[in-house]
Amino acid sequence: MARIDLDLAHAYRPNPTQDSDYALLPLKMSFRDGGAYALLGPSGCGKTTMLNIISGLLVPSQGTVTFDGRDMTRATPQERNIAQVFQFPVIYDTMTVAENLAFPLRNRKVPADQIKKRVGEIAEMLDMSGQLNQRAAGLAADAKQKISLGRGLVRSDVSAVLFDEPLTVIDPHLKWQLRRKLKQIHRELKLTLIYVTHDQVEALTFAEEVVVMTRGKAVQVGSADALFERPAHTFVGHFIGSPGMNFLSAQSANGTIEVAGTPLVPTRELPQGPLKIGIRPEYLRLSNAGAAGAVPAVVKQVQDVGTHVMLSVEAGGSLLKVRLHSDDRSPAVGDTVWVRVLDTHTCYYKDEELVA
Amino acid sequence: MNEKRFHKRSIFLVLYILFALLPIYWMINMSFKTNEEILSSFSFFPQQLTWANYARIFTDESWYSGYINSLIYVAINTVISLTVALPAAYAFSRYSFLGDKHVFFWLLTNRMTPPAVFLLPFFQLYTTVGLMDTHLGVALAHLLFNVPLAVWILEGFMSGIPREIDETAYIDGYSFPRFFVTIFLPLIKAGVGVAAFFCFMFSWVELLLARTLTSVNAKPIVATMTRTVSASGMDWATLAAAGVLTIVPGAIVIWFVRHYIAKGFAMGRV
Amino acid sequence: MNATNKPINQKAWWLVLPVLVCVAFSAIVPLMTVVNYSVQDIISPERRVFVGTEWFAAVMRDDELLEALGRQLGFSLSVLLVEIPLGIALALSMPAKGWKSSAVLVVVALSLLIPWNVVVTIWQIYGRTDIGLFGHALASMGIEYNYTGSATDAWLTVLVMDVWHWTPLVALLCFAGLRSIPDAYYQAARIDGASKFAVFRYIQLPKMRGVLMIAVLLRFMDSFMIYTEPFVLTGGGPGNATTFLSQYLTQKAVGQFDLGPAAAFSLIYFLIILLFCFVLYNWMQRVGTQQVEVEQ
Repeated sequence: MARIDLDLAHAYRPNPTQDSDYALLPLKMSFRDGGAYALLGPSGCGKTTMLNIISGLLVPSQGTVTFDGRDMTRATPQERNIAQVFQFPVIYDTMTVAENLAFPLRNRKVPADQIKKRVGEIAEMLDMSGQLNQRAAGLAADAKQKISLGRGLVRSDVSAVLFDEPLTVIDPHLKWQLRRKLKQIHRELKLTLIYVTHDQVEALTFAEEVVVMTRGKAVQVGSADALFERPAHTFVGHFIGSPGMNFLSAQSANGTIEVAGTPLVPTRELPQGPLKIGIRPEYLRLSNAGAAGAVPAVVKQVQDVGTHVMLSVEAGGSLLKVRLHSDDRSPAVGDTVWVRVLDTHTCYYKDEELVA
Repeated sequence: MNEKRFHKRSIFLVLYILFALLPIYWMINMSFKTNEEILSSFSFFPQQLTWANYARIFTDESWYSGYINSLIYVAINTVISLTVALPAAYAFSRYSFLGDKHVFFWLLTNRMTPPAVFLLPFFQLYTTVGLMDTHLGVALAHLLFNVPLAVWILEGFMSGIPREIDETAYIDGYSFPRFFVTIFLPLIKAGVGVAAFFCFMFSWVELLLARTLTSVNAKPIVATMTRTVSASGMDWATLAAAGVLTIVPGAIVIWFVRHYIAKGFAMGRV
Repeated sequence: MNATNKPINQKAWWLVLPVLVCVAFSAIVPLMTVVNYSVQDIISPERRVFVGTEWFAAVMRDDELLEALGRQLGFSLSVLLVEIPLGIALALSMPAKGWKSSAVLVVVALSLLIPWNVVVTIWQIYGRTDIGLFGHALASMGIEYNYTGSATDAWLTVLVMDVWHWTPLVALLCFAGLRSIPDAYYQAARIDGASKFAVFRYIQLPKMRGVLMIAVLLRFMDSFMIYTEPFVLTGGGPGNATTFLSQYLTQKAVGQFDLGPAAAFSLIYFLIILLFCFVLYNWMQRVGTQQVEVEQ
């Protein structure tokens, strides 16, 4: 169990001059001991690069990585005592489950009886006690991933367990089982866990804190709640949530804010100039014509998804999605409705960053 | 410690390359000498360097047509071998069916007969079918040993790809041909490269069948090279020059497939 | 080929059909002809007498044949013992990336591309102590070497020539097999603290099992059928020190120009190879699926 601090950048070339030369733009981040974190972002955003720097499989081109205050920037994965679970199960085909789990301990010359005990404990935790003597190669993908995980957990002094999209090859109906198992292990062993994924559901259910990344930049670090309610960047607003946040361009001047052609009175202090308003489909409300904070919109599409109704409306040239409860009366296509866009949940962005 | 191991491997590699190249160097050496010089003295470099051997091959039609003929039927054979082997290897790798293990092993048994006694039956068969002295004829005959090899090699590489990839593709709505060409083939690049090279190589050097089934139009270079014994003895020099030239097409082939062999398996984002 | 978890699907036969057609055309028809000859006494193209298993019995009683068989087995065994480990070692030391990788790949593959009669012709000169590099080098080191006069030298020369010629086959197969191992396995091994030998034993070797099987079977078959190289280099001599099975067959067939016994012998020859390959194949399959005892 260790606290990991990063203060680094990683560039593709030795002398980076612009942002696109960096795989990871300069960042400073701390992973506290025993925390569960997720690195979330689309493909190519640098999350796997960051993971490999933490694990020691990659050395950053500049900066440091410290474990409990000790500089480990150039240390090997062994020296850092981390464990890593990869996208596809990595097991030793010729060995049984027990031998697979015992392998890291044998390489450290741990006495045989201790190995046996520890292997038994970990197998128990992973619900694999009955399969210890089976050949690892013949098992299903989710069992193999559990073995990969187990090899990491079997060392009692492991500093952190890193996951690189580990559920990619798992059957969808087994994914939630493994996620639950990971949470259970986190509770019991109180290990530092860092989980890389492009799936926000995985990230938000697994982690206490999520690092949202895009194009080499860590744009926000926060709990699921914080990311949902107050995204620090329009990218986060757009990426988190299904569907993501709605955005409207607006102009703020002298106490009023003009949204989609309608002047509205804001409920908080706003900087002047062009802004973007972000509000989630869950928080948009249909209201009466002319109500405070509402703008007119034309209904373009009505989708009944069973548990709720998803409206697509057009306001001032932007397409908005509105989520209505099934029991609300839903308008017809072509109707003009008034949508309340300003309320406590609204976020205001200037140059893509949150300002109010 | 890593550096010391690395060093040992480099030394070993250098030694082997030396071992491998010396006879080839000797062949090149011989190709620039005259027969008299080869048989009389020992020298690292030709004392009287002559281009005559190469000139003879490039100007004499019976020589250079041999190369062209060989290239043609070897190319036909490689293409057919790979084309029929790919689906079969996929079947053996992914499915269980009646007699599958036996057929798989039987395929290889086709390489287990010394060709000598097969010659007459082959001759009769091909004369009947009208494929004597044709490139297609030799290409088809060589399928005998190349197709089983291609199937075995491809099956081995295909079995290394997890079946989850196939299943994910079907879930994503790929049709089988599209899946095979756009997803599967790139993953088994190494196997395709190796199989292609071996088909080329075994067909290129095969002598008995190629000589028996051809006479004039499709006479391959391997057959022409056996002509080098005459009344005055073995024409070592011309043979050496021809040998050097024989390596060139194969070297080009392996140059082209090197990326396939070297890139191997890349577990990409599926 | 593992029999684990494969769905049963008889329609897969359609995928195999093209292969069967190609091979059947090239194999079954000629094979039937050979079987036909092997049970007949072909006195002349018009006069044939059915003799049943007479040729087979005669072949089995032949002492010289058994000697040639013994020599052949010794040779093939030596070939395997040298070429397989050497090929694996070579594959492990060949660089995986970059221009060096391509260059080494081409250099290693060169010896495979030379027609076999040219290989042996070159080695004929190469091994002469008066005009060949190899022979001359040995002689100047004071080693007595004569591949036509001495049986040991003849054997060794044929063996070294075969090793030079065919080790790259093993190496290329193993090299391609090694390239198919995803990086993650090596990374995981580093994290698990595995030694270089453990990486070889538990990751590289198991993953090479498929290609190694092909390499072993191919080398066994081809070395068991070897004809041109020993025949041209040493003529089977001195005496019959390097007369292997294929040459013995040809001597009998060509010498007597009798298709019947030759055909019978060919079938027996084929069955011997088949038997050995079958045993090798099953043994290697079994080794692969057994539990490997890991030392405590």
